[in-house]
Amino acid sequence: MPDHASGHALSPHRQLQFESYEQQQEAATFGMWAFLITEVLFFGGLFAAYTIYRLKYPAAFQKGSLTLDLYLGGFNTAVLIGSSLTMALAVHAAQTSRQKALVIFLAATLLLGSVFLGVKVIEYGDKFHHHHVPGPDFRWRASDRGPAQLYFSLYFAMTGMHALHMVVGVVVLAVLIVMALRRRFGADYFTPIENFGLYWHFVDIVWIFLFPLLYLIGRHG
Amino acid sequence: MQTSHAMAEVPGPAPQALDYLNADYGIRSWLFTIDHKRIAILYLLMITIMFVVGGVFAAAVRLELLTPQGDAFEADTYNKLFTMHGIVMIFFFLIPSIPAVLGNFCLPLMIGARDLAFPRINLLSWYVYMVGAVFGTFAIVAGGVDTGWTFYTPYSTTASQTNVIPAVLAGFIVGFSTILTGLNFIVTVHKMRAPGMTWFRMPLFVWAIYATSLIQMLATPVLAITLLLLVLERGLHIGIFDPALGGDPVLFQHMFWFYSHPAVYIMILPSMGVVSEIVTCFSRKQIFGYTFVAFSSLGIAVIGFLVWGHHLFVSGQSAYAGMLFSLLSFLVAIPSAIKVFNWTATLYKGKISWDTPMLYVFGFIGLFTIGGLTGLFLAALGLDVHLTDTYFVVAHFHYIMVGGAIMGYLGGLHYWWPKITGRLYPEFWAKIAAVNIFIGFNLTFFPQFLLGYLGMPRRYHAYPEEFQVLNVLSTGGAPVLGVGYLLPMVYLIWSMRYGPRASANPWRATGLEWTTPSPPTTHNFEEVPVVTQDAYDYPAMEKKVA
Ligand code: HEM
Ligand SMILES: [Cu+2]
Repeated sequence: MPDHASGHALSPHRQLQFESYEQQQEAATFGMWAFLITEVLFFGGLFAAYTIYRLKYPAAFQKGSLTLDLYLGGFNTAVLIGSSLTMALAVHAAQTSRQKALVIFLAATLLLGSVFLGVKVIEYGDKFHHHHVPGPDFRWRASDRGPAQLYFSLYFAMTGMHALHMVVGVVVLAVLIVMALRRRFGADYFTPIENFGLYWHFVDIVWIFLFPLLYLIGRHG
Repeated sequence: MQTSHAMAEVPGPAPQALDYLNADYGIRSWLFTIDHKRIAILYLLMITIMFVVGGVFAAAVRLELLTPQGDAFEADTYNKLFTMHGIVMIFFFLIPSIPAVLGNFCLPLMIGARDLAFPRINLLSWYVYMVGAVFGTFAIVAGGVDTGWTFYTPYSTTASQTNVIPAVLAGFIVGFSTILTGLNFIVTVHKMRAPGMTWFRMPLFVWAIYATSLIQMLATPVLAITLLLLVLERGLHIGIFDPALGGDPVLFQHMFWFYSHPAVYIMILPSMGVVSEIVTCFSRKQIFGYTFVAFSSLGIAVIGFLVWGHHLFVSGQSAYAGMLFSLLSFLVAIPSAIKVFNWTATLYKGKISWDTPMLYVFGFIGLFTIGGLTGLFLAALGLDVHLTDTYFVVAHFHYIMVGGAIMGYLGGLHYWWPKITGRLYPEFWAKIAAVNIFIGFNLTFFPQFLLGYLGMPRRYHAYPEEFQVLNVLSTGGAPVLGVGYLLPMVYLIWSMRYGPRASANPWRATGLEWTTPSPPTTHNFEEVPVVTQDAYDYPAMEKKVA
């Protein structure tokens, strides 16, 4: 295809529709922020449903919350915060062209993300075991079976959506690690790492809200 | 803007100059294209097919309503027909129509960019649309859906025996294609404008598409999560929307309309943008009140998010909520009215010509005004109790969505057709079709206002004898309207081969898209243009010609 953009210096990572590499970087980062806004709205629907049903059935929600394992949830929170740290360090490593550090920090982030998902699998398994999964098999001894099931529905919907975002993140991380091993990133090209960092932090922040709303509401006073 | 270039017909390159259409051949060059103009054509193809499919369902609905008895179809079949009509027309035709076709084609050209910011995401959005279409087709072929396009719970989650899940997933998936398009447009408008193309030099079509994209980005994710909960509820009976299990079906209505009221503006705002372009060009005048028109788009986008409760006046929301939503619904009409007044003022003392795009604009202004005013009837709490769920509502939204939005779409399609294809369409037939559509439309839908006012409910396959005359009128209008829509399909396709070649700027319009050859080259601009003037400087252009 003929290059109509000739006359402008082509930096190796610039795509044709952009006038300059800076413009391309800005567009990518702006696009990521815009995407995260759509994510806020997406989770927002779930948070709205949660708010309404928790206001309607506070007691059932507290009882439901008490069945969750605070230690596993707390552990996972720490793991995720740690992964945010390693991700931030990875971005820094990319910006300063430290190739080895970049690979190590990305791998650490991937590892921590996987640990989180592993713990989630244990927690979900536990719910199956106790028949706390909403649906025909749901068992609840107290009289407020319906509201309790609502709590668990929201628990699964919210943590499930969150976990799905984690899975996507882990897959992208794997791709980024392969690219990093091939030395694709450096001080002149780190937008993908930076933007993925934004995504990863966003997913962490969602958890920072989910943890108290789901795990802690039964445990005060 | 660099209008002078467009006028001076440069001797031109060799006759076989490469443009985006003949730059490459073969099906692969289309299916893997990342050129925004080709992707626009891919969308054009799909939404036209969808329009025909949706039209067939509509024809069946009108056929049934010819007589008071439910004789053509069973009640269940009838329910499926209007449901599938709504789903196909709204999610697969009207929402993507102007943004994904005309917006995709024109937006980069209008702001002086070589493409959208993310061409690959643009192509992805089309494939996502196609996956949604596969689910939708499956839902139809497997026996249909009967919930109404609104998928209200608890009927959709417990009672309906039809293919609710595939249909809902179709809406869910196609929503992501909308989100991707909106996101792409937003980033493009922010980051890809040519030097000198300031925000307030942008054509108003760009403003309208920008406001639309904002809504697409902010509202559609809520629809996505709502539909996902609906699927979970229907599949697993988890209780979220089931009163028997402690859930609340009205919550579904809130969440659905939190998306779907803004979505009605996704459907009308782009048309308003088209009207702004055409009305200035064919009056040879600067638009009256540019900033008002630009900001009214944003105003609609913002206030449009605050009025969803007017769909729940009789659903058991609190009386105070009802009053608030009623008030806000009156407010949302103001920015729309601002536009109508400004267009009318633009016409005033203009050198008006009656080309086809302008005919559609006149149609739009009149019919949209009727649709908007009847929206105010419905926004009045007390009156709505009488009118809700009657044919009055059906007439209201068809005046806006068909009389308004589709007129704008067709006007825009004709206006930019020479740019898109490099050919002129036959003006005579185009005028016939435009008038035909206007007459057919009013014949079909005006009687429905009367029917609704007299109390005929919507969504039933039979009705009392006394409503027959008006229903016969309405069913009689439908084929007239149908012929009106068929005509452009025929002569536009004909013109692609036999139409006379179009010059770069056949309408003598301002705007960067008219400075490129018709059809444009793959990368739009050889040199990125530098903009030095405000939009719509028609007076200057007229002087130059004189
Ligand atoms: C001028 C501003 C508008 C106002 C005040 C308004 C008001 C209303 C009200 C109050 C209803 C509910 C009626 C009922 O169900 O009882 C309604 C229904 C509807 N409106 Fe509008 N409207 C406006 C503009 C629009 C636009 C621009 C569109 C589409 C492009 C639109 C499409 C619809 C649709 C599709 C419905 C019916 C939905 C259904 O129940 O299936 N409206 N409108
Ligand atoms: Cu509405």
